[in-house]
Amino acid sequence: MLEFFANPYVSWTAWTLLYTVLIVGGVLFVVAYYTYAERKIMGAMQRRQGPMTVGPFGLLQPIADGIKLFSKETIIPSGAHRVVFLLAPMMLFALSLIAWAVIPFDKGWVLANINVGILYLFAVSSMTVYGVIMAGWASNSRYAFLGGLRSAAQMVSYEVSMGLIIVCVLLCTGSLNLQEIVLADRPFWMQVLLFPMFIVFLISILAETNRAPFDLPEGESEITGGFMVEYSAMTYALFFLGEYSAMILMSAMTTTLFLGGWLPPFGITALAFVPGIIWFAMKTLLIMFVFIWARATLPRFRYDQLMRLGWKVFLPLTLFWVVLTAGLLLTFDALPG
Amino acid sequence: MIIQALAFYLFAGILTLSSLMVITARNPVHSVLFLILTFFNSAGLFILLGAEFVGMIMVIVYVGAVAVLFLFVVMMLDISFADLRKGAMQYVPIGLFIGAVLLTELVLVYGAWQFAPDVGLNLAAPAMRFEDATNAESLGQVLYTDYVLAFQLAGLILFVAMVGAIVLTLRKRPSVRKQSVAEQQRRKAEDVLEMHKITPGTGI
Repeated sequence: MLEFFANPYVSWTAWTLLYTVLIVGGVLFVVAYYTYAERKIMGAMQRRQGPMTVGPFGLLQPIADGIKLFSKETIIPSGAHRVVFLLAPMMLFALSLIAWAVIPFDKGWVLANINVGILYLFAVSSMTVYGVIMAGWASNSRYAFLGGLRSAAQMVSYEVSMGLIIVCVLLCTGSLNLQEIVLADRPFWMQVLLFPMFIVFLISILAETNRAPFDLPEGESEITGGFMVEYSAMTYALFFLGEYSAMILMSAMTTTLFLGGWLPPFGITALAFVPGIIWFAMKTLLIMFVFIWARATLPRFRYDQLMRLGWKVFLPLTLFWVVLTAGLLLTFDALPG
Repeated sequence: MIIQALAFYLFAGILTLSSLMVITARNPVHSVLFLILTFFNSAGLFILLGAEFVGMIMVIVYVGAVAVLFLFVVMMLDISFADLRKGAMQYVPIGLFIGAVLLTELVLVYGAWQFAPDVGLNLAAPAMRFEDATNAESLGQVLYTDYVLAFQLAGLILFVAMVGAIVLTLRKRPSVRKQSVAEQQRRKAEDVLEMHKITPGTGI
């Protein structure tokens, strides 16, 4: 038995499988309790209690919700395009999971340490728009279609400025590999230079994941739930899981790009005795909290305001910042590599 | 490596099949979805070649942006395909002719490669210049040094095309009511609101 595992191919496959199962299990667990945290935090912000009935402090609520969604009937509308209709939620869910392969949780704790990790993340996040468009089209319903169209326009718009922000970070770190981005030397002035981009990135990921205040694709007040209006039971649950897992993924991506990943905060080396994964988790949780905070605080944007912010404010600002960053780095001879 | 060969045949097979489906699918939205699958598999082929940067850019640009716009437009179209098919037969001769020309050219290219004596010498070997550099580094080195003029020119052409498209489609429509954000921001409560104390029974 041991000899069998000593074979490099077998051990590599076994490790990869184990790691994959750990990541997927971990992400799904965090998603379940993220929904609980969202309801509790929003409850606290609105002077309510949130879920309290199922289990102590309502701690078993996400599990009860999961069981409920599993056991319901999946309804496929008669006018729907069956294959595409079922493919859309699966695709969205799968995409939100495969992106985790390149996230470094700690030094060396990464499933696929590829050279173009950041591009991979960007590619996967730019493909999630298909889940939404396909769902909107295949439902063969006006509301769903409107939601799908809105989502397509919105995600494409904000991706542009996200890409430019990533270029800013890459200029400062000189690598497309996520581990090297985290480990890159960032003097204080560089962090000051990147700080405005961090804020713009935070706002853009809200739009990219279709979250409040940019949740127009759902827009329950005008299009009754948008692209997922025809979905029920497990197909709906997959959308739900995909959305929350994409939110956690975007938080992890922000942590990796701007907050120094698994390194102790503010470069305090005395705190290095705490395992890196704890720092990574804490920073990610911070961004995840911002998602909920924004949802409980801000009213929904109007559609034309959303487009204006994306194209007329963020795009020129980030474009200018790319030129500024490149110019400063060149002037002070601080270009990495 | 047998796994590499298997992956190649998998990607290439799906690519060929899905590109066939692009032109045979009856529903145009299905066509675009198969086109996306085609892009995706060609990105896979690039990664198998060791060109991971090009593969990822392929996914980001073609799948993430270009095909979204295709899908966007195709979904909004309201075409009756029975009407469209009626006149299709008259285009068969010209289609066949163009297909034949393309096929001949392909055969000529491949044939020259195989049989002409000195064509192989024309092969450039760009990868040999950068031994340890990653994909992105070597691409950047080549694009921004040797081919910087061509690169800038391509950018300029695209820019002109974009400006042209905007100029052609931009029209002033006085009937559309647009909001001016600056004007709204300047507006103060005192300018638009008046407070009156009204004694009951008198009116203003």
